[in-house]
Amino acid sequence: MSDRSLTHLDRLEAESIHIFREVAAEVDKPVFLYSVGKDSSVMLHLARKAFYPSVPPFPFMHVDTTWKFQEMVRFRDETAKKLGLDLIVHINEEGRSQGVGPFTHGSAYHTDVMKTQALKQALDKHGFQAAFGGARRDEEKSRAKERIFSFRAPGHRWDPKNQRPELWNIYNTRIHKGETIRVFPLSNWTELDIWQYIFRENIEIPGLYFAAERPVVNMDGTLIMVDDDRMPLEGMNVETKSVRFRTLGCYPLTGAVESKAATLPEIIQETLLATSSERQGRVIDSDQAASMEKKKQEGYF
Amino acid sequence: MALTDQDRALIDEDVVAYLQRHEEKSLLRFITCGSVDDGKSTLIGRLLYDAQMLYEDQIAGLDADSKKHGTQGQNIDFALLVDGLAAEREQGITIDVAYRFFSTERRKFIVADTPGHEQYTRNMATGASTADLAILLVDARAGLMPQTKRHSFICSLLGIRNVVLAVNKMDLVDYSEDRFQEIERDYREFSKNLGFGEILCVPLSALAGDNVTERSKNTPYYDGPALLEHLETVSTEVDTQAPFRLPVQWVNRPNLDFRGFSGTIASGSVRPGDPIIAVPSGRRSTVARVVTMDGDLEEGIKRQAVTLTLTDEIDVSRGDMICGKDSPAEQSDQFQAKMIWMADDEMLPGRQYVFKTANRTLPGVVSALKNKIDVNTLEERPGKTLALNEIGEVNLNLSAPIAFDPYRENRQTGSFVVIDKQTNATVGAGMIDYSLRRAANVHWQALEVGKAERAAIKHQKPAVLWFTGLSGSGKSTIANLVEKRLHDMGRHTLILDGDNVRHGLNKDLGFTDADRVENIRRVAETAKLMLDAGLLVMTSFISPFRDERQMARDLMGEGEFIEVHVDTPLEVAESRDVKGLYAKARSGQLKNFTGIDSEYQTPRNAELTINTVDMTAEEAAEKIVGYLDENGYLTG
Repeated sequence: MSDRSLTHLDRLEAESIHIFREVAAEVDKPVFLYSVGKDSSVMLHLARKAFYPSVPPFPFMHVDTTWKFQEMVRFRDETAKKLGLDLIVHINEEGRSQGVGPFTHGSAYHTDVMKTQALKQALDKHGFQAAFGGARRDEEKSRAKERIFSFRAPGHRWDPKNQRPELWNIYNTRIHKGETIRVFPLSNWTELDIWQYIFRENIEIPGLYFAAERPVVNMDGTLIMVDDDRMPLEGMNVETKSVRFRTLGCYPLTGAVESKAATLPEIIQETLLATSSERQGRVIDSDQAASMEKKKQEGYF
Repeated sequence: MALTDQDRALIDEDVVAYLQRHEEKSLLRFITCGSVDDGKSTLIGRLLYDAQMLYEDQIAGLDADSKKHGTQGQNIDFALLVDGLAAEREQGITIDVAYRFFSTERRKFIVADTPGHEQYTRNMATGASTADLAILLVDARAGLMPQTKRHSFICSLLGIRNVVLAVNKMDLVDYSEDRFQEIERDYREFSKNLGFGEILCVPLSALAGDNVTERSKNTPYYDGPALLEHLETVSTEVDTQAPFRLPVQWVNRPNLDFRGFSGTIASGSVRPGDPIIAVPSGRRSTVARVVTMDGDLEEGIKRQAVTLTLTDEIDVSRGDMICGKDSPAEQSDQFQAKMIWMADDEMLPGRQYVFKTANRTLPGVVSALKNKIDVNTLEERPGKTLALNEIGEVNLNLSAPIAFDPYRENRQTGSFVVIDKQTNATVGAGMIDYSLRRAANVHWQALEVGKAERAAIKHQKPAVLWFTGLSGSGKSTIANLVEKRLHDMGRHTLILDGDNVRHGLNKDLGFTDADRVENIRRVAETAKLMLDAGLLVMTSFISPFRDERQMARDLMGEGEFIEVHVDTPLEVAESRDVKGLYAKARSGQLKNFTGIDSEYQTPRNAELTINTVDMTAEEAAEKIVGYLDENGYLTG
């Protein structure tokens, strides 16, 4: 056998591993932004592969908006314990003491305070210089041009004009004090690659992705799960339906889909046959065409 | 996700079978090159659309967008699928590298899409650096254009061997066979010296869909594959017989019992038992295991990210390259290379930059710009600097030897990027042609009498007092007073003065940025020789750039460089105007004058700052001599 070819998943995997190792070798204080979703689960798996038999040589940080599904928090803590990860959970305490939440303050304000501002706070507090995130180029048109290493000026501002060319697999990781880098090891993965890889590698993902009988209310056409008693139910009709989630986030902002898919192949089957793209389920995207672009400039992922 | 009917049926029936089939796909990365009018975005949009890689909401969005921004009336404008940032969309052009993804039954594709206007060499080089294949688009009506040649040259420079010439808009020349063959002939003639392997010429229409995914009935004279068919079948196999290279990225030490070397295999293959040599350290051993989290591999091949353990405890670290024992990489610190400049600030020979290779980051200089290459004509021209998007042939001088292969033999181990020391921006990229010497063969002449011995009989510790400041700030006046005092104290000194040096050693240099850098480089080297002679050297130069002062500082040893900032405000220096130079500069008779139309970068870490407004020249000289005395430069 003198000629061999790698599969597309093998090549994507190798590229991601290379990126993890490069950051670990060159950056003093990197952090893995762990969001508990399926992309984060794939990224975690790749980080473990990159450093095996060592554990990944950086902490894992979850920005907890205090409105995440309870099951996400459980899954997060179990995963960290099982794998021996150094887990940091950051909450914007100022926001929490003011009682900021999507029901009382609206989704935009809540997301800004408890997620975007909280992330900046956490990065500043720990002095992290590079943060791994799970964004992919196929998620949205404007992301097709995002670099794998995305540079943020002091204050975490993203300047589209001031990004560095990336040639071969050589990444320039040099920054000045106060500047930070967001690193996206999954840049070249598509949604199908992610599912295919979860299937091939048998990667654990939270149970919320699988259909189960859950209590939901219909809010303006979106099925929202009643995850705790902070949900105002006045005038609402709580029904029990077999549903699952295609993305995970704050439970009041994450729409469920009716489904019977209870196994990984069934989910993948349903995803592949679905007729609308993944991000449509996220409430923040529907604002306007270039909304991601704006959010990114403000420091949102 | 929109899929073919067969896919839908299979997914519906047996999703596991579908997934298993798709797991085996290979990956091809390609770049599309062409100008705005060649229909490049339309072609990519068409591939995405025909490969049915779009969701229905994206198609609906496209429909709406087509009517709002599109250029195709009520029809779908495929180009809109691949345009990205909001501002660009409004301008109707793409201005960066965008990556798109689609897949077919056999393959997944990553497309690097780069813009086609004049100022784009940097973007295209970026996209080409990771591409296995290039599609060059030409408009059948226009034939080969200057940009076709430019694109071909950049592809060739970046080492792409597989090229498709897509003769687009055939529908607008009535699918003329003559026209197609004329263009094909011209292209084969033009590209014969570019080192391409396989060239496929396809007559197509991205808009109408001819020969894109299926062979067209409109071109009966063409018996080659449709574009997509070709993309699906081009070989992506790895030559496992090529010399083994693993640039060590990270040393893996979870505990005292395990020491592994992690990296991505840059070429060839590796198996347990293979003898290896680490370059440049030269240490030898044998591979014990090829470790991954999924278990040890029997064989690791190019592109795989692995961890090697060795049978001996040898010292290998990041920056080393583990190579097959019988075909090790070369090592050198001096190279000839091709370089593409990617920044607004021009490349200045002699200035220190940071060079990053596959696994090593180190300082170095471009010691000479041998010539510039005109990307339109491929002609070589002399030049002193490289501007944005210019390509040059350069000599490089790195601060330490590195392991490398010539770029044409290995794109991973023969490439580097250039980083600006001040801004940290990536300002250039390069491809090594060959080593200018075997660094290992050049040894410093070992000298019996050294700097310390020479200085000792003069009762002093040698140093360079580097005076920097605006023209007319008082550098030379103060340096002269310092020298006079030291001389009176029986010390051995020398002054290198800007005006004097420019009459002799540097009389061939002018006042452009490039010449200023070279001026300072020569002065610094001369000062270093005087330092070796054991002297207290004073240099009096405006030396406006931080980079060059840093270069001079780096050249001397610890404690041998004393930066003296003669800090005189511009108004004061200008009002003194001893030599009448400011008046000339203000009137435009003198160009590139520091403080007027050329920048002075204030020192950030000067050992001494002399404020000539509050202090006379005599007091300043006193202060400097006092500093030398207190810090032990004047002994005995």
